[in-house]
Amino acid sequence: MEPLMQNAECSMQNAEQPDAVNRADREWSRRKVLQLAALGGVSWLTPVAHVLAERAERTPGREPAQSLILLWLAGGPSQLETFDPHPGKDIAGGTTAIGTAVKGIQLAAGYERLAEQMPHASLVRSLVSKEGDHERGSYLVKTGYRPDPTVVHPSVGAICCHQLPVGSTEIPRHISILPNQWPGVGGMLGKQYDAFKCYDPAAKVPDVVAQVSDSRFQRRLDDLAVVEQAFARGRARQAEATLHRSTVENARKMMSSEQLEAFDVKREPRELQQAYGDTPFGRGCLAARRLIEVGVRCVEVTLSGWDSHANNHEIHHNLAVTLDAAIAALLDDLRQRDLLDKTVVLCGGEFGRTPQINRLQGRDHWPHGFSMLLAGGRLRGGVVIGATDPEGGREVESPQQVADLHATVLTALGIDPQHEVLAPVGRPIKFSEGAPIKQLLV
Amino acid sequence: MRNLLFLVLCCAGLIALGASLSPAPKSPSERELRSLGPLPADLRTTVDRLDAAFHEQWAEIGLTPAQRADDLTIARRLSLALAGTIPSLEEIRWLESLPAERRLDDWLAALFADRRYHDYLAERLARAYVGTQDGPFILFRRRRFVAWLADQLARNRPYNELATDLIAEDGLWTDRPATNFITATIKPDQGPDPNALAARVSRAFLAQRIDCAECHDHPFEHWKQADFQGIAAFFGQTKQRFTGIRDVEGDFQVENRTTGEMETIVPRVPYQPELRSKAGGLRRQLACWVTHPENKAFGRAVANRIWALMFGRPLVEPIDDVPEDDVPAALDILAEDFIAHGYDLRRMIRAIAGSQAFACDSLADSSAADERGEVAQISDDAAASWARFPITRMRPEQVIGGVLQAASLETLDYESHILTRIVRAAGQNEFIQRYGDDGDDEFLPQGGTIPQRLLMMNGKHVTEVTSQNIIRSAATQIALLASTDKLAIETAYLAVLTRRPTQTEADYFTARLADKQDKRSRGQRLEDLYWTLLNSTEFSWNH
Repeated sequence: MEPLMQNAECSMQNAEQPDAVNRADREWSRRKVLQLAALGGVSWLTPVAHVLAERAERTPGREPAQSLILLWLAGGPSQLETFDPHPGKDIAGGTTAIGTAVKGIQLAAGYERLAEQMPHASLVRSLVSKEGDHERGSYLVKTGYRPDPTVVHPSVGAICCHQLPVGSTEIPRHISILPNQWPGVGGMLGKQYDAFKCYDPAAKVPDVVAQVSDSRFQRRLDDLAVVEQAFARGRARQAEATLHRSTVENARKMMSSEQLEAFDVKREPRELQQAYGDTPFGRGCLAARRLIEVGVRCVEVTLSGWDSHANNHEIHHNLAVTLDAAIAALLDDLRQRDLLDKTVVLCGGEFGRTPQINRLQGRDHWPHGFSMLLAGGRLRGGVVIGATDPEGGREVESPQQVADLHATVLTALGIDPQHEVLAPVGRPIKFSEGAPIKQLLV
Repeated sequence: MRNLLFLVLCCAGLIALGASLSPAPKSPSERELRSLGPLPADLRTTVDRLDAAFHEQWAEIGLTPAQRADDLTIARRLSLALAGTIPSLEEIRWLESLPAERRLDDWLAALFADRRYHDYLAERLARAYVGTQDGPFILFRRRRFVAWLADQLARNRPYNELATDLIAEDGLWTDRPATNFITATIKPDQGPDPNALAARVSRAFLAQRIDCAECHDHPFEHWKQADFQGIAAFFGQTKQRFTGIRDVEGDFQVENRTTGEMETIVPRVPYQPELRSKAGGLRRQLACWVTHPENKAFGRAVANRIWALMFGRPLVEPIDDVPEDDVPAALDILAEDFIAHGYDLRRMIRAIAGSQAFACDSLADSSAADERGEVAQISDDAAASWARFPITRMRPEQVIGGVLQAASLETLDYESHILTRIVRAAGQNEFIQRYGDDGDDEFLPQGGTIPQRLLMMNGKHVTEVTSQNIIRSAATQIALLASTDKLAIETAYLAVLTRRPTQTEADYFTARLADKQDKRSRGQRLEDLYWTLLNSTEFSWNH
């Protein structure tokens, strides 16, 4: 279960080819696939990804990260009750802060375990956006772009899958655990980069287990060949160009892949499971670690419920219990396994919440200064970027755009944010229009 | 006593089901089917012109069009294109009971009268108008909007009137659903977005991507920033008020991106300014220009979209970027007929459905030649120039619509029991969630994905309709009711693939069903057959 470091040659071979046919080409010749793609009008096969030749050229021991774990706090967490407390100020509304293992950095009370991990994580406290709506804000934070009626931008996880080598991964490389309405999408890169949706790892992964016995399943597939033959008669090339049969074959391979065990967190030591927390989100985080170990490029784990228009403090207090255990255990676990350098961890939601507390003891949407946590991927730890106004004003110190956050994450993954992809509208679009946050890059 | 009653009920159910296997089911008379009759002479002329244009094109490239597909294949295409599902066994039996010359006209007539057509087409058009996002909370009611569109389509409202409503209507988005076209673009604290509206109008109604010029002029692009801003300015004073959407007095000001200064933009149309009316509010003036009979782009845009709906692929790609010159002759023939006959969408659909291109088989004439590499290029050209019906991936709604319909021998439509419809709607949404919605760009060529295949092979929807279940599995019903294996196989093929098995297939599955060594029950064998058919390329790709 350790195919994380594939040799460069293998990665290069794979990355040269369109994702959809990557595994199929063992049965088909590569030439045939490319011919088909070219002739058959199969224009969805985006000429993938130049290999990241630079990856191999870099200094040994300085390889960029290979995976991304996005801990998505859906609903918009309050910066004041999480990563950006202002204890003693009016806007705190009584929320207290705790010290962390890094001198001078405080977290809101409730994040005691994360506090121990702070040398390995950094905070951006000055993100600003103009999107105060859940759907639009999620789009912005997941893609780095504001919604645009002319194009759907790919989520950062989809970019990872599009750009990073496939290796020997047989399961989907973009996975969303416990998704809400807006999991990561491939957008203009194509549907094959959409996140595969699955739920509490305590339950079975949906749709990967045959509903009949092996022998019956095999019969069904045998029979399918007969029906396929009838359809292909007289339209052999068109039928082939659909790649339907090779997709079925790949799906079947995934069903029998041992890598599926990565979803099964019960295989981990009990103490470790407990450290992550006996919650769907905790199990999701543990599964995320197991998944990146088998070469999954991006795992998004969602913790919902942050939309605290009423009873803000109580809601945040309860969610902190779940989040603190899971994120601290994840960072610690990754580090113990030497995976933290190879994995970028990002934690946050679509916006922050108002410094003012409303009459229902809630906080409303606030995109004018909110926080995100970054860790791993050789990004600098123990750093805080920017600051919000302790009195609750809109002005923030050293404001950062969401696009800058994306450029930072992509850079840590060895992906050039400036790289352009031609959108269906016919205009080139960069992976990110932001600039990496220099203080976070080592 | 209760058991007895149950038995009686079961028997009654079985007898009722048995009737649906037999070849004389009811005609859709309850839908007040008005036969369309043969094509009217003027429409016949248009179809002939369409065919002639294609023949000329084919002759030029040296292509022979594929043979005419059989009626069942064409009926399947029409049902998928217009109702988003496949024909039911019941409908197939009805089709086959009609005299050959009336079949497709009556099939279309039935579809036009079918609420499923209104809903399905409304959703397709809504994607061009407002996209798929939920949009601004409370201010935008997508479902209300789609329902309103469906009502307009049910009445076959002239398309120019419909477009005018969308662009120019005032009022509350709940009371005047057309205004959701405007409210969909509202950004928090900002009101309707003139730029987004200019982009929507130019793409949806004119098939022009003027919005590429939103930020600055592109050296090789036809449209300039001033053109874009000129259209946006028509929406510059469109505000959301207590009484809903309405225009207020004032100038439209935008920031000059180079100088940073605010400039006043005057509403201006990018071409043929004489077509703009001087009467009415700004949006009404714009609507008048957009839908004007002499504004060629309007007819072309809708023709390209309806063509895409019918073929799974637009005549000109991408769907919302039709050049000014050098468009396929077919596009203008359709657009001209459309404008000359009251902007009638159904008439345009009939014209396309009646054309030779639509009836072409997706098969090559010579299967032997097809398997040799050298004619490969020819067959690709054939699909590209409509000498063969293109094979395109079905949209998620069509796939789940097909799965649910195949599971039932009777037609699932608005005459179905309300519970059936609720279960169907819930199953459909859940399926699309997992299968992945195509979003606004649904006519882009796309391949299938592994999660989609997993969902079809192992997901609960297909599993439900392929396991022992007398109510929700047609396979179970066929196993119980079909007297011979031959009939059972044929019924399954018709219900799932809308065709009869080939001789090879029939022989193969007859042997499969009769295999004495096999431990599976007859029911299981038919379930397996159903599963197989549902997982074939043929089921998931329109052809």
